[in-house]
Amino acid sequence: MWPVAISVDTPEMSRELCQKAGYTYTFLSDPKAEVIRRYDLLHPGAGVNGQDIARPAEFLLDSSGVIRWANLTEDFRVRARPEQIIEAVKRLH
Amino acid sequence: MNQRRWNWHLWTGFVVCLTAFASYFFVFVRFPVTRDVPWASFLLFGTGIAFLFFALKHAFGEPQQYRGKIAGPILSLISLFAVGFFCFLTFYQTRQLPPSAGAPRVGQKAPDFVLPDTNNRPISLSGLLSTPLANSPPKGVLLVFYRGYW
Repeated sequence: MWPVAISVDTPEMSRELCQKAGYTYTFLSDPKAEVIRRYDLLHPGAGVNGQDIARPAEFLLDSSGVIRWANLTEDFRVRARPEQIIEAVKRLH
Repeated sequence: MNQRRWNWHLWTGFVVCLTAFASYFFVFVRFPVTRDVPWASFLLFGTGIAFLFFALKHAFGEPQQYRGKIAGPILSLISLFAVGFFCFLTFYQTRQLPPSAGAPRVGQKAPDFVLPDTNNRPISLSGLLSTPLANSPPKGVLLVFYRGYW
C-alpha cells in the first residue's frame, strides 16, 4: 500500500516538512493545482497567502486504480483517523 | 473609607477564557479527540465564564466590598468576544469548503497524473500502481490531498 501525499507545496517545502516530521512516504507537488483541479478538490484562495490550495480529501485506490474508499471531510479540522483508513485497507482484500 | 477587595474572580475568569482560546490552537489541535469536537476548550470557556459571572455579581452586588464595576464589563465583553470568535472559527469557518461535486467517487477509476516528488523526480499514479513494494505488487495506493504546510 503506497501512501501518497499531494499538495500545492513545492518539493523543497515538502522535503522540509518530511525532515522535520520524519515522514518517509511519497510527497508529490502540484504547485499549479492541475491535478487538484482534475480531481475537483480546488479551494480557491484558501491558502495562508491567498493562494489556491486543495481541500482535504483521501482516496483509497485498489491495484487497478479504482477508488474503493473516499473521504471528503466537511470540516477541515476533522480528518480521517488512522483506524478508519486501516479498516478501509483491510476491506480491500 | 473601606479598602475594597481585589476582584480576583474577574481576572481569573478573563485569563481562563484567553487560555481557553489560545490552548486550542497550541495544544488541543494536536489530538483528534480534542480537535474534532473542542469539548476541552468549551469546558475551559465555561469555567472562565462562571468566574466572570461571580465577578460581576460581586462588583455590582457588593460594590462596597469589591472593585470591578468598570473592568468587569470590559473584560467580560472581551471574553465573550473570544468565545464567539472561537465558535465562529470552529463551527463555521472550517466548514467553508468547496462542494467538490466533480471529485472522483467510489467505483470510478482515479484520474492518472505525473507529479514531482521531494527529489523532483516525476512520479506517475499508474507507475505507483505497478511498482512492486517489498517484492510484491502493491495492493493499492492511498492518495492524501492536504492543504499544505505553512
